[in-house]
Amino acid sequence: MFTIFNIIKHQGKQYIPDVTKVTLPAYHPGKPHIENKLCSQNCNDCVQHCPVKAIDNSPLRIDLSKCVFCSDCENICPEKKIQFTPDFKIASNTLENLVVTEGIINSTFFNPDIIRKEIKRCFGRSLKLRLVSNGSCNGCELELNAAGNVNFDMGRYGIEFLASPRHCDGVVITGPLVKNSEQALELTYKAIPQPRIIILVGACAISGGIFADSSALNRSFLDKYKPDLYIPGCPVHPLTFINGILELIK
Amino acid sequence: MSQQKHIILQNGSCCKVNEIPLLTYNQFTTHTLELMTNPQCHCVNYYSYPVNENAHRFICCIANDSKAEIYVYGWECLLKETPKVYSITPACPALHIFEREISENTGLIFENHPWNKPVRWSFDRQDATKVSDNYPFYRIESEELHQVGVGPIHAGIIEPGHFRFICNGEKVLHLEIHLGYQHRGVEQLFLQKETLAQQTILAESIAGDTVAAHTTAFAHALESLAGTEVSQNTIHSRTLAIELERVAIHTGDLSALCTDIAYQPGAAVFQGLRTTLINTFLTWCGNRFARRLIRAGANPFPLNIEIKEIILKNLLAFESRYIEMAEYMFDAPGVLARFEDTGIVTEEQARLIGAVGMAARTCDIRRDIRSSHPYGWFLKKAHHPVCHHSGDVYARAILRHNEVKQSLSYIRKMLEDLPEEDAIPNKAELAFTPDSFTISMTEGWRGEICHCAITDSSGKLKHYKIKDPSLHNWFALALAVRNNDISDFPICNKSFDLSYCGYDL
Repeated sequence: MFTIFNIIKHQGKQYIPDVTKVTLPAYHPGKPHIENKLCSQNCNDCVQHCPVKAIDNSPLRIDLSKCVFCSDCENICPEKKIQFTPDFKIASNTLENLVVTEGIINSTFFNPDIIRKEIKRCFGRSLKLRLVSNGSCNGCELELNAAGNVNFDMGRYGIEFLASPRHCDGVVITGPLVKNSEQALELTYKAIPQPRIIILVGACAISGGIFADSSALNRSFLDKYKPDLYIPGCPVHPLTFINGILELIK
Repeated sequence: MSQQKHIILQNGSCCKVNEIPLLTYNQFTTHTLELMTNPQCHCVNYYSYPVNENAHRFICCIANDSKAEIYVYGWECLLKETPKVYSITPACPALHIFEREISENTGLIFENHPWNKPVRWSFDRQDATKVSDNYPFYRIESEELHQVGVGPIHAGIIEPGHFRFICNGEKVLHLEIHLGYQHRGVEQLFLQKETLAQQTILAESIAGDTVAAHTTAFAHALESLAGTEVSQNTIHSRTLAIELERVAIHTGDLSALCTDIAYQPGAAVFQGLRTTLINTFLTWCGNRFARRLIRAGANPFPLNIEIKEIILKNLLAFESRYIEMAEYMFDAPGVLARFEDTGIVTEEQARLIGAVGMAARTCDIRRDIRSSHPYGWFLKKAHHPVCHHSGDVYARAILRHNEVKQSLSYIRKMLEDLPEEDAIPNKAELAFTPDSFTISMTEGWRGEICHCAITDSSGKLKHYKIKDPSLHNWFALALAVRNNDISDFPICNKSFDLSYCGYDL
């Protein structure tokens, strides 16, 4: 029976003491930074190359609602104008703020002024969520699972995924929203008692991502209901997810 | 001289499309059944693609596992004139899923197919009146029996799929699995996307838990069409990535199995240990699931001394703690009591349905692409598949444990004789040989992944076909739960951990 104590001892403390203050190593591609200098070569390579058409020119800007963080643009730019920083706090409650424009340092992603009043009041100390995977590749699901593990432990903030939508406060959607799951998503959302929130996780859910021009999609759900939080990534990092939600509810 | 009945290809080789012999349907069925009588042969792909507006061509790939050969042949028909052919499935059940898929996509009817049901409600299916809501579930009319429906949305962070049980009290008599909720049109998108960068991102998103194996299969297919040779370092880094992915996901799955039997130490420890492994990928290529790492014709993140040291350091931190936990867990009577004799698939069943990968190896079938049709580093190093014979949840758990140990030793060996570092920058495009066919297979952690590509006369992709091992193995789960308590379904399901999106595409 002492074996189990040894196992526990050898595992050590693995949890991140404060997920809001931790930093990720430099090789994690998070919020991009676009330097404020003229494109002397005017090559437009980054715009042409981007596999999800997330980059636009004059002024140069990257739309994180589409970005899959392949960071090809960083390598392709002859002037090294684009750089991905390890800043993982990139969740936003508006689509406009997800666009990173050249020269703007410390652009705010989250706008606390437009959060619906009832969200902080009702969910500030406890937020139960129902996941609907909707054409997702299982990458975001793996990371959402990880958000609850011994390292990230989002349960300590009262954030948890539950089985029944009837016991939940909101729906988390991953994947590009496909025709074949349209009905299931609508039913799940309606089964959640009000007030309820919608969180879109990953480039696929926010914009369709690499699947945006597929004929198998049906994104009409998003025309009917407005999401409260957009969490970019491919897949999202657990820290991006947890911090995004904390900004929304705390 | 008799007509040549098939062309022989190797894993990752290509041929001209017109070199693939086209047989009449009668010859085709006779030849298929003849090949399939050899227990060393199994069907790795059988699919159709439109040659022009009317004609459809059907390509069948049978792999001979003892000779490392793949026999490719086909038949052709005008869909307007040939709406019906007789099915091979009654004589060779392993082909059932391929015939179902062809039938759904083209409208061709396979007469006498015992289970001709929709596969995934593909958006371009022939009969749009067939929808998910009117799925023809198998029914048994009896007052003693009842039905239980589960899903499509499940109680957990997991992909959607519907499971319909017919139960006798607590015992499951029959399970029917109805998928398609994740269908996002991946195969069609491969043709729609114009740049290599887009197609690569797509390949990485076929199944987000098998990024390394799927992207390597994709890269090998494209390199074979382009006639590109890659360096030894590239070969090492790809194979290493697939093995590291295997270790990581197997460890995560052991955690999930522990969660399902409420064995908290295993659940917590294996989850934490997996983090060490996927963070190794993060250090190596900037993504926890090996995205960005593998690029056709390129080696953007070569293995060098620095990466080698990081991997070895992380493996060291992982291994002793992993072994300690795993040995304690497989020695716990409470764990064994739940795992043993739960969800049994027999060898006979596995052979009939054409199970691959882990599902086959737990039934003592030595089916492993790394040994039978080697690729990458395994061309130099003989691989001996780990097998188990009991076919139950225990077999699927202990097989994972043994494969983790085996893959760790492979990773160490690969790092020992590290080839010279060479960074090959990403290519903008690859020039493909026109009118060619290629087949590329890798052994992902679930089992064999098979990608087939065809180019047109201008050298552009004309058709791209993906097969995830889950296509075969979902049926194994349906058989495994028979005569088990319905409460054991979660643990049976998790022990296979099949892909919904890999099946739905």
